[in-house]
Amino acid sequence: MQNSDCILIQGSNFAECHPVGFQWVMEAKRRGATIIHVDPRFTRTSAMADVHAPIRPGTDIAFLGGLIHYILENERYFRDYLLHYTNAAVIVDDGFQDTEDLQGLFSGWNTEGGKAHYDFRTWQYQGVGTVPAAGHKEIYGQALASTGPGGQDIGNIQRDETLASPRCVFRILERHFARYTPEMVEKTCGLSKDLFLKIAEKLCESSGPDRTSALCYSVGWTQHAVGVQIIRAASIVQLLLGNIGRPGGGILALRGHASIQGSTDIPTLFNLLPGYVPMPHAMEAQSLEGYLKTTSSASGWWSEMPKYVVSLLKAWYGQAARADNEWAFAHLPRLTGNHSHLTTIADMAEGRVKGYFVMGENPVVGSTHGALQRKAMRRAEWVVVRDFVLTETAEFWRKGAEYERGELRPEEVQTEVFFFPAAAHSEKDGSFTNAHRLVQWHHKAIEPPGEARSELHFLFHLGRRLKQLYAGSSDPKDRPLLALTWDYPTEGPYDEPSAESIVREINGYTIADGKPVSGYTKLQADGSTASGCWLYSGCYADGVNQLARRKPHWEQSHVAPEWAWAWPDNRRILYNRASADPQGRPWSERKRYVWWDSEKGEWVGKDKPDFIQGRPPSYRPQKEATGLATIAGDDPFIMQADGKGWLYAPSGLLDGPLPTHYEPQESPVANPLYPQQCNPARVEWRRKDNPYHWAFDDPRFPHVLTTYRIAEHHTAGGMSRWQSWLSELSPEMFCEVSAELAAFVGLRNGGWATVRTARGEIEARVLVTERLRPFKLDGRLVHSVGLPYHWGGAGRVRGDAANELLGFVADPNVNIFESKALTCSILPGRLSRGRRAATGRVVGEYAAPPGVQRDLEGVGQLADEPSQKKERWS
Amino acid sequence: MAKGFFTDTSVCIGCKACEVACKQWNQLPDDGFFFTGMSYDNTAHLGASTWRHVAFVERPVPLGGQVTGVGRFSLLLESDVCKHCVRAGCLEACPTGAITRTEFGTVYVQPDVCNGCGYCVPACPFGVIDRRADDGRAWKCTLCYDRLKGGLEPACAKTCPTGSIGFGDTEELRAKAYERLAQVRRAGLKEAWIYGDTAESQPGTEGLHAFFLIVGRPELYNLPSDPVVPTKKAGQSWRAMGLASVGVVAAAVGAVLSHR
Amino acid sequence: MKRFKPLDFLMRWPLLRQIRNRDLTALGESALSRRSQELRPRTETADRVVGSICPFCGVGCGQLIYVRDEKVVNIEGDPASPVSRGKLCARGSSTFQLVTGTQRMRDVLYRRPGAKDWEVLPLERALDMVAARVKKTRDETWEARTDEGLTVNRTLGIAHLGGATLDNEENYLIKKLFTGGLGIVQVENQARI
Repeated sequence: MQNSDCILIQGSNFAECHPVGFQWVMEAKRRGATIIHVDPRFTRTSAMADVHAPIRPGTDIAFLGGLIHYILENERYFRDYLLHYTNAAVIVDDGFQDTEDLQGLFSGWNTEGGKAHYDFRTWQYQGVGTVPAAGHKEIYGQALASTGPGGQDIGNIQRDETLASPRCVFRILERHFARYTPEMVEKTCGLSKDLFLKIAEKLCESSGPDRTSALCYSVGWTQHAVGVQIIRAASIVQLLLGNIGRPGGGILALRGHASIQGSTDIPTLFNLLPGYVPMPHAMEAQSLEGYLKTTSSASGWWSEMPKYVVSLLKAWYGQAARADNEWAFAHLPRLTGNHSHLTTIADMAEGRVKGYFVMGENPVVGSTHGALQRKAMRRAEWVVVRDFVLTETAEFWRKGAEYERGELRPEEVQTEVFFFPAAAHSEKDGSFTNAHRLVQWHHKAIEPPGEARSELHFLFHLGRRLKQLYAGSSDPKDRPLLALTWDYPTEGPYDEPSAESIVREINGYTIADGKPVSGYTKLQADGSTASGCWLYSGCYADGVNQLARRKPHWEQSHVAPEWAWAWPDNRRILYNRASADPQGRPWSERKRYVWWDSEKGEWVGKDKPDFIQGRPPSYRPQKEATGLATIAGDDPFIMQADGKGWLYAPSGLLDGPLPTHYEPQESPVANPLYPQQCNPARVEWRRKDNPYHWAFDDPRFPHVLTTYRIAEHHTAGGMSRWQSWLSELSPEMFCEVSAELAAFVGLRNGGWATVRTARGEIEARVLVTERLRPFKLDGRLVHSVGLPYHWGGAGRVRGDAANELLGFVADPNVNIFESKALTCSILPGRLSRGRRAATGRVVGEYAAPPGVQRDLEGVGQLADEPSQKKERWS
Repeated sequence: MAKGFFTDTSVCIGCKACEVACKQWNQLPDDGFFFTGMSYDNTAHLGASTWRHVAFVERPVPLGGQVTGVGRFSLLLESDVCKHCVRAGCLEACPTGAITRTEFGTVYVQPDVCNGCGYCVPACPFGVIDRRADDGRAWKCTLCYDRLKGGLEPACAKTCPTGSIGFGDTEELRAKAYERLAQVRRAGLKEAWIYGDTAESQPGTEGLHAFFLIVGRPELYNLPSDPVVPTKKAGQSWRAMGLASVGVVAAAVGAVLSHR
Repeated sequence: MKRFKPLDFLMRWPLLRQIRNRDLTALGESALSRRSQELRPRTETADRVVGSICPFCGVGCGQLIYVRDEKVVNIEGDPASPVSRGKLCARGSSTFQLVTGTQRMRDVLYRRPGAKDWEVLPLERALDMVAARVKKTRDETWEARTDEGLTVNRTLGIAHLGGATLDNEENYLIKKLFTGGLGIVQVENQARI
């Protein structure tokens, strides 16, 4: 990052939430880079920026769309990069219609039968089906399965190298963003046109063959009903400017937990198996053959998937995984839809989920809608919480607003609760994967105190017990458990399973001699190898724990390849083939990184090349080629079915091939761009305990509410609110308001305020600040309320949790809820004690903001479908 | 060789790593849990248990070289610390010899000698040193005397993510400070200057071992613009008194003479 | 037996030290107590130093954990790390309190249905109880096929949340045991948040 010429931070409070990572931003600044911070609030990150641009929460796509428009309009794109490395020239299906044509919807919006959804078929390339590298592979597989894995006809992709065809991606992009003008940005985001243009120009002049710009984001982009499309918009900006796969470029996701990256790679996520291999869906994956046909790709790197799947099954089921039983593929459970966290909680609240494990997470504070989270857990039969302290989640049966209001007594809660004290990172061996895909080992320093144990210990010994309980069972349902390989060696006084032995299994080994493989290229689909996660294969190469390497940075290059290990294959910049031009030469001396060495006949450079080592730039696949042979010498994006960066996503997304500005579920204004107000494909939970406000102009909730984290605390507070050193730095829940809003509603700095939504209400101390200003939108003033998202009812310092105000509404692609932009009301003074909807009891008094008639419609109604007044298109 | 801090506030991100790293190394207790309503600052000031303190200055004045859409506004951040004055009021006021000048030129309170008399407290022109309520003794930044003896840098300087807190030989730090000053001024931060680095610029302390690059008036950061150690004033007082008595004598003599 | 050295003893007398050191004001080294003279950083007396990684955010800063007598005595940044170069933020710097603080729970707790408070349970017993609950719920809620006759081999009766604060190896075992062994598909973590 220190090599960037311009760093645009948006949707992230980088300096506060990742201060040590921020040193690299400061390093770049010292070297002359321009730092731009786009954020509704002026934060400590803004204080270090050259330019701070406040935008109304929830308008990120309008802003980024404005950048795309600016780049296209002024021909500021990196033409050679664009032509060769992206799908700009590809011709799209004749049937495709844009949001410009359909008033904010893409073609394929299907409202017939069941839940309305998009049929993606018209989004495809003309005559060619592609299986996405990530995202919802199954629905593409379903459609393409009759012909075998998608991508077989990749050679038939039609291109127009002149970019003149109206059906090519480039022209579609141009039309789609035609109305995202600086004036529209001003009107939508509340950001002055001049400031916007200054940023656009700076970003463009800092990109090109000898300059690169980086984009950084975190949950400020993801916690929206359009979260994935915001990041897609960023990808389009970076692909147009040629900033992907190059030093100082990229889109950097700053991650909030020590191993949130790792828990996605080796996923504790319902829809994935290790290494981004999709979980089988019942419809397509009754057999291994059907599964592979619908989820692997005939072209690009994902054509290797069968090797990874079979190796995983061998790692899990050992000798029970045989060629004649499809490697025990039938042992895996199947999905039938969305089994994400929010769906699970909603089901739990209906009594369908009876047992719940929570490990090192505090959803009652950190997830959305605390009251509904607690309600759900009260319906469970048993809950197991593992943590350092008794978090709000561990104490859901006696701590929370409904108990304080006297609506419920702990004695009425019938859930059985187990709390296990957890070992700290200093008390166990193991690895975290950081935001940069660096997998780093932490060594055990001492034994854990009392009966605290690692999760590894808990899981291993729980697994052992369950294997015993089921021993001798002949029930087919118990075969997977009995077959599961579970013979890790243990060590120490508490029979701790060896973490290194698990790293060895993740890395993979050859079945015959048990020797660790050197990397994923050695994995096979014939059952001769096992590997727990192909993407991490190589982490135990040569039988050495590569993750534990700690060679000081001063003894190696700035890329530091011998510090820990990065997936895949220890590559530090992904898709770094793009750092060289189509002929394999560095784009410029200044940005030299990886290049083709024609004498050696291979790719070389400062990093491990993320490409097929000996494939020359001139290589072109045969038309009928399949597998890795389809990757041309100038196709840097090897994971993609067509080797190109996708400006336009013909598959993989549920809400459209291009990002489109939709307003949040709850907004102060009507969508200035389209009659379609919100993301049509967003996931809603229409239940009486999850009421929504009007889509816009709700007089009861006139202000924008946004949430965020601060430097002094950590996420849901389980690791900070119990500690005196951090708690004294920020001891109370507060809300941030502008001087204008404070004057408008009568709030006093240091005093109290009550913040309300239809889901709940909380009290907080007031911080009046100039760092927040009202937004001017088309002549109208919109105020915002900022809430930090750390406090809860337990701990050394306590306060109301911001998530009591949030609802269940989510992005359709990844089911992340919307916390960054919604509406609220704010009143001076402390909380009044009324009853709320989510406890399932009577709705109490509801005070309206000054000057507004009380209107209970849509708030905690007992009808199943609260009316969504004024939403013109739903 | 004299050691000290150069705190470059222009790169301080207000993350308070210094506050916590200091508490960790020196095993200091918390200072209470009070919401102040003063920006993100809730520790408010340096004290017996807070030896590094980050000040937050929100002001309706734009910062040179910075553009923001929130209007005329800037946020200044500064990690404050004991200044380890060249002429230290606390040290001169200490009757027990508990406060001493170390071989690094820093000012160190020896907890095994301090008897809690508190004379040092009003003697500090910066209001840094303070007595702890529980044991009555006076405490302040030691400039990590123990770490320095082991060849380590102070905990706050080591941990500071953006290098705002610089540690080293004061001579070298001074050179760095002026190099940095020139740099930020070139970048548009015309208000920047170095606070307290020399006896000339701060005669009342004869200069500080912990000096700062700040923006604007020192009062913004709750720093005195002209700190003077009391003994320095005492000298002046004696001189003034001396002069006055000479004057009185002269007047008396004059009066007597004129009376003649 | 240590020989008594009168001169040494005499030289510890502050006034003589002051004279010897030509320290007229007595504000310097001559005023140092024995404790002050012998002061050393506690890192020097650690039995071992263990390389670690900060457990808070996703930056992945290097840490060094100093242990003496099987107790953590100090945690600070590892200068060798190319990620962090020895630095830690406020949260990272508080790791010492996170792992050694009195807030840490040491006992397994159990809350009976309808109870007003926790009770302490031995670890082994608690593990047995949880295993029994998992088996019972799994057996009761097992779904071999959907109504349409599709094989699903799973239970929707049990769910899991958490992983982003845990090690990769732990995530691996969660997925392997819960999904691969027990057929629990509702396995989720903070990445969904």
